Parts: sequence; C-alpha cells; structure tokens
Amino acid sequence: MYDIKEIYEAMSVAQAVELLSAHPEAKIIAGGSDVLIKIREGKMAGCELVSIFGINELKGIKIEADGTIVIGPVTSFSSITKDSIIQKFIPVLGAAVDQVGGPQIRNIGTIGGNISNGVTSADSASTLFALNAKLEITGPSGTRKLPIQDYYQGPGKVDLKTGELLTAIRIEQSNYEGFGGHYIKYAMRNAMDIATLACVATVKLNASKNAIEEMHLALGVAGPIPMRCPITEEAVKGKKIDAALFDLVGKTVLTEVNPRTSWRASKEFRLQLVEELSKRALKQAIIFAGGALHD
Amino acid sequence: MSIGKSVKRVDGYEKVTGRARYTDDFFEGKFLIAKVLHSTVANGWVKSIDTSVAEKLPGVVKIATCMDVPDIEFPTAGHPWSTDPNHQDVADRKMLNRRVRLYGDDIAAVIAEDEVIAKRALALIKVEYEEYKPFVTVEEAMSDDATQLHEAFPKNILKHTAYELGNFEEACKEEGLKFFEGKYETQTVQHCHIENPISYAYMEKGRIVVVSSTQIPHICRRVIGQALGLPWGKIRVIKPYIGGGFGNKQEVLYEPLNAYLTTLVGGRCVKLELSREETFVSTRVRHAMTFYLKTAVRADGRLVARKIEGYSNQGGYASHGHALIANSTNGFRHLYQEEKALKSDVYTVFTNISSGGAMRAYGIPQMIFACESHMEDIANGLKIDPIELRKKNMMKLGYIDPLSGIECHSNGLAECIEKGKVAFAWDEKRAAFVNQTGPIRKGIGMAIFSYKTGVYPVSLETAACRIVLNQDGSVQLQLGATEIGQGADTVFTQMAAEIIGLQVEDVHIISTQDTDITPFDTGAYASRQSYVSGMALRKTAEEFKGKILAYAHEMYKHPIYMMDIVAGNIVKKETGKIIATVGNVAEEAFYSLTHSVHITAEATNQCKSNAFSFGACFAEVEVDIPVGKVKVLRIMNIHDSGIILNPQLAEAQVHGGMSMALGFGLSEQLLFDSKTGKPLNDNFLDYKIPTMLDTPELEAGFVETFEVTGPFGNKSLGEPPTIPAAPALRNAIFNATGIAINKSPIMPEQLVSKFKENGLI
Amino acid sequence: MTKQIKCTVNGNLVEVFVDVRESLADMLRNKLYLTSIKKGCEVGECGACTVLIDGTSFDSCIFLAIWAEGKEIRTVEGLLGPNGELSTVQQAFIDEAAIQCGFCTPGIIMSATEIIESGTKPTRNELRRLLSGHLCRCTGYQNIINAVEKSL
Repeated sequence: MYDIKEIYEAMSVAQAVELLSAHPEAKIIAGGSDVLIKIREGKMAGCELVSIFGINELKGIKIEADGTIVIGPVTSFSSITKDSIIQKFIPVLGAAVDQVGGPQIRNIGTIGGNISNGVTSADSASTLFALNAKLEITGPSGTRKLPIQDYYQGPGKVDLKTGELLTAIRIEQSNYEGFGGHYIKYAMRNAMDIATLACVATVKLNASKNAIEEMHLALGVAGPIPMRCPITEEAVKGKKIDAALFDLVGKTVLTEVNPRTSWRASKEFRLQLVEELSKRALKQAIIFAGGALHD
Repeated sequence: MSIGKSVKRVDGYEKVTGRARYTDDFFEGKFLIAKVLHSTVANGWVKSIDTSVAEKLPGVVKIATCMDVPDIEFPTAGHPWSTDPNHQDVADRKMLNRRVRLYGDDIAAVIAEDEVIAKRALALIKVEYEEYKPFVTVEEAMSDDATQLHEAFPKNILKHTAYELGNFEEACKEEGLKFFEGKYETQTVQHCHIENPISYAYMEKGRIVVVSSTQIPHICRRVIGQALGLPWGKIRVIKPYIGGGFGNKQEVLYEPLNAYLTTLVGGRCVKLELSREETFVSTRVRHAMTFYLKTAVRADGRLVARKIEGYSNQGGYASHGHALIANSTNGFRHLYQEEKALKSDVYTVFTNISSGGAMRAYGIPQMIFACESHMEDIANGLKIDPIELRKKNMMKLGYIDPLSGIECHSNGLAECIEKGKVAFAWDEKRAAFVNQTGPIRKGIGMAIFSYKTGVYPVSLETAACRIVLNQDGSVQLQLGATEIGQGADTVFTQMAAEIIGLQVEDVHIISTQDTDITPFDTGAYASRQSYVSGMALRKTAEEFKGKILAYAHEMYKHPIYMMDIVAGNIVKKETGKIIATVGNVAEEAFYSLTHSVHITAEATNQCKSNAFSFGACFAEVEVDIPVGKVKVLRIMNIHDSGIILNPQLAEAQVHGGMSMALGFGLSEQLLFDSKTGKPLNDNFLDYKIPTMLDTPELEAGFVETFEVTGPFGNKSLGEPPTIPAAPALRNAIFNATGIAINKSPIMPEQLVSKFKENGLI
Repeated sequence: MTKQIKCTVNGNLVEVFVDVRESLADMLRNKLYLTSIKKGCEVGECGACTVLIDGTSFDSCIFLAIWAEGKEIRTVEGLLGPNGELSTVQQAFIDEAAIQCGFCTPGIIMSATEIIESGTKPTRNELRRLLSGHLCRCTGYQNIINAVEKSL
C-alpha cells in the first residue's frame, strides 16, 4: 500500500487542469512506474496525486495534414513501438522506447512521464531531442508550445507551472522525412536497466548517398540533462562518408560533452563511450538512410 | 526403480497453479505489521532514541528500541550447535543494537495496524548518534586509526588462522624454480532469492510460534530460544515453501526479533517482511575476499610449493565468520597437490559493510577465482597448455587430506575436463585465437574445482527421517531436511520409493517442516541433504521395509528373506510372483483383531564421512574492445557429483548455479560509499543480476562416478555449479585479449581502463 | 479512502472495496486471496507479480487498484480448466523442470500466456526479450525458455 494522501482522477485534460489548479501541491501520475516508486522510497510519501492515466485524449499517435506526428504523452512505450505511424516514419523512436526496462514496464510507462521526470538517462528523451520535438503544454491560461530543450530546466526539473500538464509531443515532417536514425542504449544489462550512456544519431544524406547533408546527434547521460551536439553536427555537414568522417565525429563530440563521475561509471569511461557510440550510431544511421560504409 | 530417473517435481502442480503456500500466503485474518528502523550511520553509537511522537501516531501499537530489548547477545549463523564452547558461533549482537556497526543496523522496531502507519512511525522516530569514521575495506579496518567494532576483537580481526605443510621457504630454494605471484580480489555479492525474508510470529498456549521463510527450521528454533533467553521447547518454528535461499536463509535473521515483538503485544500475530532494499543491506552477503598467491613451479609445470594469504571482509557482525575463508583455504589445499610445501595465512576482519554469511559454495567461488586465475597465469608464463598444467597437479583418486582426513573415493575430474575439451574443440580454438587484431576478439577459457559434501569433520552432521504407513499401503515421508527450490522433496521421494519398493506416487512427502512434529535435521546447506539426510532416509526406509516384510511373513508365512517389495507388491524372490500388495498388508496391520500394529520407522544418521565432488567449466567469449563488452558465446559446466539421482533436476541445478556465477563473474557487486558506508545499489535495478537477455544458453554435462560413502553413490551437487564459471570467463577474456583481470566482477569499465593501459584502445 | 471497483477477475465479475492507496497486487492478494501474485521487489523490477490486464502483462505491484475499474484481469489461478487441468504452458513448466523455488513461476507463466495467445512464433532470442521483465535466481532461465518455446 502506498503512502498517498489523496488521489484525484482526471478523465479529461480540462478536468486535469482544474484539479491541478485546485490542488497546487499535487503531483501528476500517468503510468506510475516512476511516481509510485518515489512514493514507496519515501521521497514523495504522503503526497497528493492527480491521475491522468484515464485521460484517453492523451493516448495514441496521429499524423496531421502537414505531416506533423503528434504523440499523446500518456501513450505507453509499447504502444509507440507497435504504432504503424511510428514504424513507418520514425522507427528510431519506436526502437528507442523499446529499450526501456522490460516488457511490463513498457506496457505501463508513458513517453510523457519519461521526459517529464527530467532525467538525463530517459530512453525516449535523447531521440526526441534529435527529432527536434516540440511540446504542447496545457494549463489554466490555455496552451503553449516549446522545444523539448527548453522543457528541461535541470536534472529532475521541467517547465511545468501550477495547473499545467504536458498534452502533446509534436514532431515535424522536416525533422524525420529522409532521415535514417539509430539509437544505442549502453547499459550493464540488455534488459531492466538504465543507460550508462545513450546515443542517437539521425542523418540525411545527399542525393548520391555518399555525403552527410544533415546530422542530428543527441546524447543522454553525457551531461546533467539530455543534450544535442551542435558543433559536431555543424562539422559534418557536407562531409563524405569515409573513415575520416567517423574520426571527426568521435573527436569533435568529446569537445561538447560533460559527463560526470558517479558510482555507476567514471567520467573517463563515459567519454570513451561517447566517442565510440557516436561513431557507431552514425554508421548505423547512415545505413538506415540508404548510405553505405566502405571502410 | 526411481533413482536415476527424471521424476517430475512433486511440488510442480502446486507451484504452477499458485497454490503452493509460501510464508506470506498463510494468514488471511488480522495481523499486525512490524517494520525495522535501520541506522543511517555506518559506525557509531545510539546516544538517544525518542519514540514519543511516533507512539502518538494513531495505529501504532508498540515500539521496541535498542534501549529496551533483552540484554542477550546471540549467534545468528545456521551452524549445528556445538556443546564445546570453543567451537560455538560468536554471539555478538542483540535483537536491536545500540552499537551501530553498519549502515542499516537494526536499532528499533515499530508494530502498527498497517504498513503505511508503520513506515510513517519509523520516519517520526528521532535518533541521536555518536558517529565514528566508517571503514569499508579490510585494510582500513586493520589500520591503527580504525575504531574497534567489537570489544572482544582487537584490530577488528575476528580470527586469523595459519598452517604450513612441509617448509615453504626451504622448498622454494630448489634450483631452477619459476615463481609466480598475484593479487586476486573478489567483490561483495548478494543472494537475491526472489522472496525476501519474511516471518509471522504469534503465541499459542504460552509458546511462541514463528512461521518463517528459512532453510533451517530446527536451528531457527534454537537461536530464537537463545536470543530471547527462553527454553528452546517454548519455541515452535514452521517452514512452508520458500522462494529461494542460497545460504542467506541459512542464517537466523529477523525471526528472534519477531518472536520478541509478538510477546510485546500479548501474542497477537505480527508479520515482519523485509523489503528488497533491506534484504540487500541488512541480511547477509557473500564475503569479498582478497588473496595473495605465490607459487614455485618447475619448468615442466609441476607445482612445488604454494602460499596463500587471504583476507575476508566480514562486515559488521560475525555471522558465519571465519568459517568461510577457512573453507577457502582448505579448498585451495584440496584441488591441487604441490610436491613439497603449502603455507596458508588467512584473516577475517570486521568492517562497516553488510555482514558476510553463507552463500552457495561457502567461500569456494572466491578462492577458485583466485586459484584458477593464478593457474592460468602460470600456464601462460610457462607456455604450457592450461589444461595440461591442471591435470599434472590436480587431486587424484585416493588422496587423503592431511588435515581433515577426508579421502577421495571417487574422482571423475579428468573425465569432466576431457568432456569439455572435446565439446569446445579446445585445441583447435586455442590455435585459432592466437594473434587476433581488431576491435572484436574471441577467446576460450576453462577452470576446475573440487568441493566437499556436508560439513564433517568441521561440524556435526546429523539428520533424521520418519516414515509412516497408511492403510492403503502408501506412506508419509517426513524429514527435517528442507525443500528450498533445489528439488529435495522430489529426490527424497525417489529415495524412499527406491528402498521400500513403492511407486513414487505412493510416497507422500510432507514438505512443511514444523519443529513440533518434524524429525530433527540441521537443514539445507553445504550440499549435504541428499548425502547426509539421504542416508538417514535410507536407514529409515530399510527398517520400514523390514517391518512390512515381517508383517507379510505373519500373514503369508513365506520366509522374510525370500520376499521383496517391488512396485508396491510383496513378491517371492525366487519367482517374482506377487503374493499381495503392500496395501493388503497395511490394511491387515491396522485392523487385525489379533495383531494390530501401526507400522512406522524413524532413524537418525550421524554422518562421519565426507566426499569430494568435482567439475569444470568451459567458456567461449567475444570481447568488444572499444566499449569493454563481453558476450558469452558458449558456456558449459561438467560435474562429477557421483551418481545422479534425478538427471533433469540435476541439470536444472547446474543451470541455476551457472547463472549465479555469470553474475559473480561479470556484473554483480554490492557497493558501499567509501566515506559513509552507505549502500549505493540496494535494488534490482542497480544491482545487476543477469536477466534472460544477459544469459547465454547454459550447457550442463555429468560424469558419473560411484561415491561409496553416499547413500546412493551420490555426492554434493547443490552448490558446486556456482563455482567455476567466473574464472573460466576471466581466462577466456585473457585468451581473447591478452589482458589478465584479477578483480571480479569483470565489468566494462575495468576492461576499458585495462585496454587503454595496455594500448588496445 | 475506499472506492468500489468493478472488474473482471479470471472471468468473474467482481465488486471490491479498495483503499485508493492499494496496488492491484494488494487487492488481488488481500481482497481476492489470489496468492499466485508474488511480491519480490514492489517496484516493477522482478516481475513476480505479473498479471494480464485486458490481455497485456503488467507488474501489479506498480498498478493502482483503482485503475482496475472496468478491466479484465487474469492470474495463474484462472488458467486451470474446470477439473483442475493445467494449461499447456503450466504443464510444460513441470515437464521441462522449469520450476525450482517457484516464486517467480506464476508471473512468468502469465507473460508466457500472453505470448502464446498472441499466436506469434518468436525465436528463442525473441522469447528471451519478451520474458526479460522477469528475474529468476534459481534456473538460469534455461528450462523456462525451453518450456515456453515448447508451448508455442
């Protein structure tokens, strides 16, 4: 039994905003795979909760007329992986969230919860960074949109004001069309684990598929929050696919990360992973984008 | 005949239907919840403890603290009691302790109406500590500035033992010897049985009843009696099905506290269940050990002299104490016989981490990691095939241990090695893996071990069994030996059927142990039950069969010595002709108007023998050098455990041991902050036991020998599978990369750092 | 803070008063006496409390009981035939010696049931992945995978 002071169940976004405004101390619970654990640990014991688990309008994935893909934040990881829109247009995201925990966790955990707990290791976050996802936040004064980078204010801290909740994750066509992407979760185990380092590359090649037109490189656990690597991304623009490209990526990316030493892994080890995994993610992304490796 | 057959588990139906009742499944009525308050410092003293606010919380029934528990220090190890005070376990703790010796020590307990109230009450207890600097390593603990944790143990040394066979220094003077030295370290790991320790305690007719998930119900009764200062007969312990133990439940953990708590609430039923976090920290762990090995060897690979110096990190309390590393150094002596001299020096040292206790294979996996890594280093240094080096020096049939007198009556070790060698195409692969380059490299390695069976002659080995006849000719079988998942109930059923001559279905084993009813046995540990308790069963079954045949003789007049029981029938030996069924005899024996007798048999077996079992592990790995990842391509254990009683269950035991060894070798380590002693990864997310996706196909093989001292030619099997895999993997990684890692677990970070150091990255 | 929940458990419609703080595991064990639900970690890391909700596997320890409203829940107790007949996968667990202490067994059988009922034919490696949300310390998983593979 959880030490919960009170739980209010919202069945619509409007009701959720109302409840959150009426109970400013209340925390949002979606699937609960994070919140319930914190309650049990004592970190959030005795708290008030607003459950958005039952809000059907926040579940599911759709594609708008302009090609923007809209993901409901209460969509479970396994629903995302199985979704035909995701499989067709952004398989890298489906593959990334398919590496969260184990099957049962992927059935309850939600993508909105994954990014809203603000941790750097979240499996969906780095991919959403690479996809330039925009978030829609709804609150008492209506709806606002912001890039996912701006949502993260620091470790464990996201830009949600009293009465607000995340209501959509939007990915525009220009950020996925023509891109190949690959996510690597580096962890101590192949299941039921959190990333020691997470790395995703999405890449668009030139017409003859032998040079980089655009690359998005994002990392998790390489800093306090998920991050993009703009210097590296800029450096590879127009570069031919050859051994020198991967050396360039490996070396440049090291200049823009700042992993820390913890009991889980040292900074030195994480830097080695950053260098190696960036190369590996890019190589696979190039293949998915229709290119070939010749080294 | 049922011995040697893959009889299906007798508890299978219950376990796949959810009907098997574990401790938590017993009570549907009202009970109170107890929770323990654990210290938040690793080394110190509880100066004061204020429960006044917590006591006022509605729903709190009672709070016990370290200030008011009975002033009795008691031992917790699941060893047989010794009447010799010099051989008794160290009694170094009370049920709750003022002197705090680890982060997570037990200092108070709350009894409440429900768990939320109990947890809230814990948070309201105010504790004031006098704090001392914690020390988590043996080196720190033995240094001058470490505080002494236990009054009786200066320099925090629980025990130091040494022996020398021959003269090591003299032996080293031989001309032409080559010397090898190495430091080998193993980490703290935890058992991780999926069911956490749990008990219910209540009073009945002035006695305390404790239902507990324990491997050792009869020992549990004794320790509860000792801890509470009550006559042991005032305590009754019931052991239902348990969700794994692996040695952690060969310890009396929280049963005494719970027994005490029920006395504080008028004998009302109290449930005390540990969380996973508490299980990691406040129960027991496998001792981290460090070994310094030195070996003098001739160029042809013959070992001449060896030296082992070892340090075992005991943690805060003595628990099984020095018995572990003592077993390690005994095992070191057994596996190989050097020609001239062996010198041993081992220490067990208190520190401020979780207490080391029994864990599957009791000190041997640590020693074998050191020993078998060292042997590999020697083979590599001498340019000898590692298998040849081992074969030249390993224990042979007829060996008698000079210190314990244990004799090797059966030895299939060479055959085990041969089997693995053939299965893995050893010579071809060793040749193929020479001079690899590139980021991905393959390697093959192996390791061997020997292991004892039971604890004789170090400790008492005793077991009893009872067989009771039913009116239909079926029997009840009762032992104090416990089913903990290993399949004991099934194998005991087979044994009884085999000896009496019944069908397996007609032997009804009573799985639950109840110290009021069950014959005495010290319980499940040391791979002893099929050997020691099995012999008690054999004696009982033979006596029982004699009684059946004697009664059959009364009925049918055929000479006793010319009758036998086969598949539930009384038959004439000379023709095999069936005279009657055991059911016919039973019915008459119960209801005869002239001679009614209820046939039962009960016998004790005091075992005064021991037996060496053997085995080898072969492993093939692929190492991804830039990221330090090891993929196990293939792994196989081959065991000589004597006659295999149930091949399918034996194989399953081997799989489980191998899995635990994979974790020990590659991924598991319980970590403590070096400054505060605080545990860092006390949960299943951060402590990495292998998942299905981390586990390769596990292959098991057997070489059957006949062990004359075993009841059916059998010897130890429960623990041995967990011994050899870690060094086999280490040696395979060495073969792949040329890098010898001397510290387990061999995790990516350590590998990457070594690869960088050696220019592979 | 109680709430009445209506749901289907092993084919029977049940109405239960639950404390809103309860997990589904608490409700199934304590209110409906379905003791096949085992608690090994209470944080969704071991899988011993796995049940099927509307045909999908969930860790019932981190699923609030109030969320069970209107759902169809299945546990190992519901797999038995009317005369106590075992389901194919239950029998396979016995035949393949996939059980030791038995504590993780009911949860794994429920995940296996989900896989089997999906009608797909996963490879051994895919099976490992589909069952990777369960920890077992006794078997090394070897015979568990054998049993599930045999039941497909």
